[in-house]
Order: sequence, then C-alpha cells, then structure tokens
Amino acid sequence: MAYRCNVLLCTCTMCVSVGALKIRNKLEEEIKKYNLEDEVQIILTGSSWLCTKGPTLIVQPDDVVYQFLKEKDIPNLVEEHLLKGRPVPSLMYIDPEELNPIEKLQDIPFYHDQRLIALWNRGIIDPDEIDEYIARDGYKALAKVLQDMTPEDVIQEIKDSGLRGRGGGGFPTGMKWEFCRKNPGSPKYLICNADEGDPGAFMDRSIIEADPHSLIEGMLVAAYAIGAEKGYIYVRSEYPLAIKRLDGAIIKAREYGLLGKGVFGSDFNFDMEIFRGAGAFVCGEETSLIHSIEGEPAEPRQRPPFPVERGLWENPTNINNVETLSCLPRIINFGAKWFAGIGTEKSKGTKVFSLAGKINNAGLVEVPMGITLREMVFKIGGGIPNRKKFKAVQTGGPSGGVIPESMLDLPIDYERIQEAGAIMGSGGMIVMDEDDCMVDVARYFIEFTRDESCGKCSSCREGLDAMYEILTNICKGKGKEGDIEFLEELGEAIINASMCGLGKSAPNPVLTSIRHFKDEYIAHIRDKICPAKSCVELIEYSIDQEKCTGCFICNVNCPTNAIIGEKKKPQTIDKSKCIKCSVCKEVCRFDAIKVE
Amino acid sequence: MPKITPEDLAKITERVKRTMILREGTGRAKIRVHMGTCGIAAGARSIMSTLMEEIESRNIKDIILTTSSCAGLCSREPMITVEVQNQPPVKYVDLTPEKTKIIFDKHILAGEIVKEYALAFGSERVP
Repeated sequence: MAYRCNVLLCTCTMCVSVGALKIRNKLEEEIKKYNLEDEVQIILTGSSWLCTKGPTLIVQPDDVVYQFLKEKDIPNLVEEHLLKGRPVPSLMYIDPEELNPIEKLQDIPFYHDQRLIALWNRGIIDPDEIDEYIARDGYKALAKVLQDMTPEDVIQEIKDSGLRGRGGGGFPTGMKWEFCRKNPGSPKYLICNADEGDPGAFMDRSIIEADPHSLIEGMLVAAYAIGAEKGYIYVRSEYPLAIKRLDGAIIKAREYGLLGKGVFGSDFNFDMEIFRGAGAFVCGEETSLIHSIEGEPAEPRQRPPFPVERGLWENPTNINNVETLSCLPRIINFGAKWFAGIGTEKSKGTKVFSLAGKINNAGLVEVPMGITLREMVFKIGGGIPNRKKFKAVQTGGPSGGVIPESMLDLPIDYERIQEAGAIMGSGGMIVMDEDDCMVDVARYFIEFTRDESCGKCSSCREGLDAMYEILTNICKGKGKEGDIEFLEELGEAIINASMCGLGKSAPNPVLTSIRHFKDEYIAHIRDKICPAKSCVELIEYSIDQEKCTGCFICNVNCPTNAIIGEKKKPQTIDKSKCIKCSVCKEVCRFDAIKVE
Repeated sequence: MPKITPEDLAKITERVKRTMILREGTGRAKIRVHMGTCGIAAGARSIMSTLMEEIESRNIKDIILTTSSCAGLCSREPMITVEVQNQPPVKYVDLTPEKTKIIFDKHILAGEIVKEYALAFGSERVP
C-alpha cells in the first residue's frame, strides 16, 4: 500500500538530543489511534532544518514545517493536520521580524536563498534507504564515469568545474587529483577527511547523517579518477550517529555491488573503511591525519613531499573533505559548465556553512559563493536575537578571523575573505553581538589552539602559550602598554616559524581582532574597562536605587546571597560576595541592575 | 540482495517514485479529500480509502493524494478538490465511493471534468 502522507522527522544529533525519538514514539502511537498507519509514513531523516529549533518535522506533500515539538503537542498535531488536514499554526516557524507563523517551508527566508548541491538530499530521503538515494539520481554519476569517461576525462571535468577544496585550503580539486594520478607510485589511496575539529562547525557531520551515499558515490568517482582501490573515511569518534549511518550505507552499497571488486560489473575495484579518529584538531592537517591512520602520533611533517607524492604508507594519497566529495555526483550529472556557472570568478559552486552563535536561525546553510555576509547574517540567519546589535562574525573557526560590521558587504569567496584577514575555512561561522568582548573571544580561540597544538614546533607550542597568558592578563585588567605590539609581533613569528596549518593560522583571531577592534584592546589596557561588559574582572554590578521596587526576585535568585535589603525597599549588592554571574540582571523586570 | 547494474538504477527509481514525488510535491495531479469534522462525519474516510485503493490497484505513481480541512460547505460533504497540473482546481461534492471511482476514471486519468458532480471551478479568492 502506498502512503498518502510522509512525516519527515529530523533525527540529526541535535534533534535526537532534544527528544526527537520520543516524538517519533508518540507520533506512532497517535497515528495508530486514528488508524492512519496505512496512510501516513514516518521517515527519519538527517539534518533538514534549523538546528536550534528542534525537534522539527516536515509534513509532505503539504510542505508544512513544525518546530520546537513536545510530546504533548503530538496528539493535536496528528488529529488536526494528519487526520483533518488542518495545519497547526502554533507549532510553525515564527518570523523573527513580523512575528507571524510561516506555514510553507519554501516561504521561510532561511530556505529561500539556499542552493543545495552538497546537501542535495538533505531532509528528503531516509539516509538508511539506498533506494531512495538512487531515486534522486543516485549512483548515476558513477555509472556515467565508468561507462563513458576515462579517468583523465573525469579529472578534466572537475578542473573545468572550478571545484576547490572545501576543507579550508581552497586548492583546486582537479589539479590535486592529477598530481596523484600522474605519480607512478602504487597502490594509491583516497582519504576522506571527516575530522571536523572546529568548535561550532557541524557541516561534515550533517552531510554524513543526512546523506551518506552522496559521500560514498563521490569517493567512488574520485577513486576512479586518481586510480585508487582503497579508501579511508577518517571520522571523529564523537560522531556516533554519523558513523552508524555511514557504516550501514557502506554495507548496503557493498550488497548492491557498488563497492568491492568489479564495481557496477566493470573492472574497477574500490572499497572503503571507516577510521575512527580520536578528535584532534591537528588532524585537519593532511600529514597528521595520515600519521594517525598509520598508528603514529598525530603530528604533521614537513611538506614537500606532499601526500599526493608520498602519503599513507609512503604511497601517493589524495585527501579530500566530505563536502568536496559530496558535490561530485552533481557535478558529473549536471556538468562542469553548470557548476562553473554558480558562484564568483575564482570560487565556483556553493559552500555549506554552519551558522552559529548570536543568531536567530542557527543551522546548516548551503549558499552560492559570492553571497554577502550581510545576506547570510540578516536574511538567512534572521538577524540577532533580543534586538541586540551585530558586532562581528568569525569565519573559519579558530584558524580564521573576525570580520566587523563595516565589512559585511563582502562577498563570500576564498580570495575576498582572505583579504579581510580571515579564511573561508571549512565553513564554521560564529556570529557575535554587542555583548561579546573581542579580546575575550580571541583569548578563547587561542586557548583552544594552544590546547590542540601538537607541540612539535616550539613557535606554536610556546608562542601560543605566551599569547594566551598576555590575553588573559588583558582580560583581567592587568594589560601593559606595548602588549598589543608584542601580540602582533609574536603572531607574525608563529605564522612564519610553524610548520603546519594549525600554527600558521592560529594567531589569526588575535591579529584580526587587533586590526578591526583595536579600541577594545586599548580600553582594556589603558582604562581597565571592558566595553562589552563581559570580562568579569573589569565590571561591577550595582542596583539602581530609584528603579528598584524591592520585588525581591533578585534577592531570592542570587546564588551567593550577595543581595541584601528588606522587602519592598531598594536592594543593594554586597560586592565582597558577588560573583558577577549576571543572574540578578536576567531576572530583574525593572532594569534596575547596572553593570559598569 | 543481488548486485546491480547501471540499468537497474532506473528500475529502482521507478519502484520508489511514488514516495519521492510525494516528498518533492511534483505529481501530475493532486487530490485533496476534505477531512474536517463535517467531512469525516459524512464519510470522507471511505472516500479516502476508495482513492487509495484505486491508486494502489492501478499502480499509479504520479498522483498526490492528501487531506485538507473543511471547505466551508459542510452540508455538501464529503468533498474533494482535484487539481490536475496547469488546470484550475475542481471541487466535487456529495460524494460516495461509486461517484469517486467515476471521477477518478474520467477526470484524473482521462482529464475530463465530471460536470454533474462538480460544484465549481477554482478555489475561493484569498485576500
């Protein structure tokens, strides 16, 4: 029996963590109650929608989307929408500006400007069903390359498409393949880098969770082009759901004869294996990743020789990122010309970003290259919550840099972002508002890279440590004249003297924040003031005696009993007890708590 | 599961086509069964089952069958709205399973509107 209605429930890691599986059970129960089991089918998809609004589901063919679902909402939802066909506005997406519910998925601005190539199948297929992937033109690209194209043709096609590595470097993919193919060493290896280490980035995980077969097919195409028979997917162990879905997909692909000996009945052999990494940021560096697979400590080595010459087990090895590989089936199917028609002059196609931080619509977005940061933040991202002012956006994670409001009209492409001092990176994008202190943000990222530095180069190991100490002092109000100049000098030295990408990019957040927000550094150092009122050592809480009504709510909520006073009379704060946790400010309804 | 050849891709696609057009919303025709309380009371469930059986028994893959709420004319329920691609929607009223089968044959499969059961062409104007 065919179903008349599909309920596509997002079961990405984030939605599962907020109870998507309970929602599934409740849906099943209610659907059974109305005898709709033969009419309504529940599909568990990968990340499909705004990741901070989970659990979410989409009802097709009506194209209606629901967010923030709770178990108690389900009986009403099933009766009203699934039985009676009346969508439930109270559970729909609310536009942050207009505050009205939006019914259709396509009408939500978050979706409107997206263009899906790597995320082609997100939220529309069941990632565990290979047949559904095939029905969306799956494995057609593989059939095409095996039947009609030589490996050289495939390399030329990818060169013509202008595809560049999506892991951060932006190296032309076709050229990398050609180097690997032309190298006489054998056997050759293909590695997929799914070791997403940036804080706040979840592109690779979401692609694998939503559509593992796109990655497998992309790897098959790449392996055919470079002449590899064995592939590894290096994925972090912290991604259990992604690993589970990928594992299931590999097994199904093997059963269909799409992996193994004689792929699709041809004489091309290829199989792959999942390698679970322990999640070290330095494994984003190709040579460290290779060492990790070989069982060595994850430390980089000097390049050249590049991995395409001497990589895994000293053999030619091509490493591509998940997103790069997942674009390939579409490029082969629709052609290089089509792909090259999207984007800017030097950056073709689309890029997936994980939008996070102080933003209304945090989530996974895929947009054509060349879209401006302003469109990303205010149109797709829906602006800043609580009517706060936008301050900066950090692209490229801890290796990237901050971009201030004055540069928001910058089109997103590899070169333009680099000119601004940041990097495209793998696509993490963290939005900051007026409450974020840029010195503290820089300190946070340096703390991260300091911890993740493998310690091989002393410039990176000791340099980042020194930077961290200076930044911590500045945040504590112990900064000295000359600190800024020293940070700049030290940053340059770390970049010049470190061997791998980690050290070469780690000072970026400090250097860019000094470049764009020098006044904040100066305020911390000279005036001992934190303009964003975020550094706890530089602020003090007090209560406005005129505004305070003595409602007592702050007094009751203060965790250290630092607020004293009688009921119905203005309160005061005992500064010796205050830990500056900001609870009083959050609960006060009369705006009486002052932070200075 | 046997190993597949490139030719099998089309067969697999055909097999799951109905599910996929449902999700992509790209069917040749869309039938809405009005399933408000009034519709259900007047027998809309049997109309829904009839349509599902018709689609199933004829193995039709490019038609979307869905529900909608009360269309505002409760006395003429059960009611369906048939939307064939690039044509204005047609509402049929006072349905029985037998009438529904006729509409399915003539309008949905042959593209011929069954005037005697039809209420009106088009949907209400929305502001």
